[in-house]
Amino acid sequence: MRVKEVAELLSAEILYDEISNDERDFEHVVAADLMSEIMLDTAEQSLMVTGLINPQVIRTAELMDVYAVVFVRGKEVSAEVTELAKDRGITIMSVCQTMYETCGRLYEAGLTAGR
Amino acid sequence: MAEKSGMHMEYDINKEDFNSAGEASSKVKKTLNMLGVDNKVIKRVAIAMYEAEINAFIHGGGGMAVADIYTDKIVIEISDHGKGIENLELAMQEGYSTASEEIRMMGFGAGMGLPNIKKNVDELDIRTGPGEGTDLKMTFKLN
Repeated sequence: MRVKEVAELLSAEILYDEISNDERDFEHVVAADLMSEIMLDTAEQSLMVTGLINPQVIRTAELMDVYAVVFVRGKEVSAEVTELAKDRGITIMSVCQTMYETCGRLYEAGLTAGR
Repeated sequence: MAEKSGMHMEYDINKEDFNSAGEASSKVKKTLNMLGVDNKVIKRVAIAMYEAEINAFIHGGGGMAVADIYTDKIVIEISDHGKGIENLELAMQEGYSTASEEIRMMGFGAGMGLPNIKKNVDELDIRTGPGEGTDLKMTFKLN
């Protein structure tokens, strides 16, 4: 699933759109507020869903080769996080739904667990 | 004796800035990518180094990250001058943590760091003790 399709499915607001990620095909989802869980193992072509909004989310994504992050519950993301995402080439988007609903929609759309 | 490829990198782990923790791991990852190291090895290095860097920030009050890239291995050393690990056997158990609630709110400190480091390295040497700080030497074999 492409970034644009994910955004449409989730009615997400794209906070930073990294053009080079437009053609990426996301097949899996990793969802956690605990970055250590994301660090355990994450399959390639995974999308991250999280309620955590500090810069370590972007650093974790970068180190795990996760190219898109969805922030849940409409939380306000700081300029520092957006700038870091831009610097590291990671697409970020925000959704109003809870993590449960977000994951449910992605699961229904056929994306599988990234670990 | 292993031949050195000439790559030696050193970074400070700033105890004042949680947001910059992980920067050393990011730079080492970029270098390994540029050198064309196998992606699977890069991921293992990135995971273990990042976990160790976060630990040095959380428990060690900052410290130092040193990376040496040889033709046959990568050696990463993360050292801090914190209070050290009182019970290493317990610390190696998944779920055991002495991290504060504040750190947990930041997405870490669930007692998964050291076990995850161990899982991703080929060799792990830990020197620590109460009041002695902690020094983690992680070796990743190439080829």
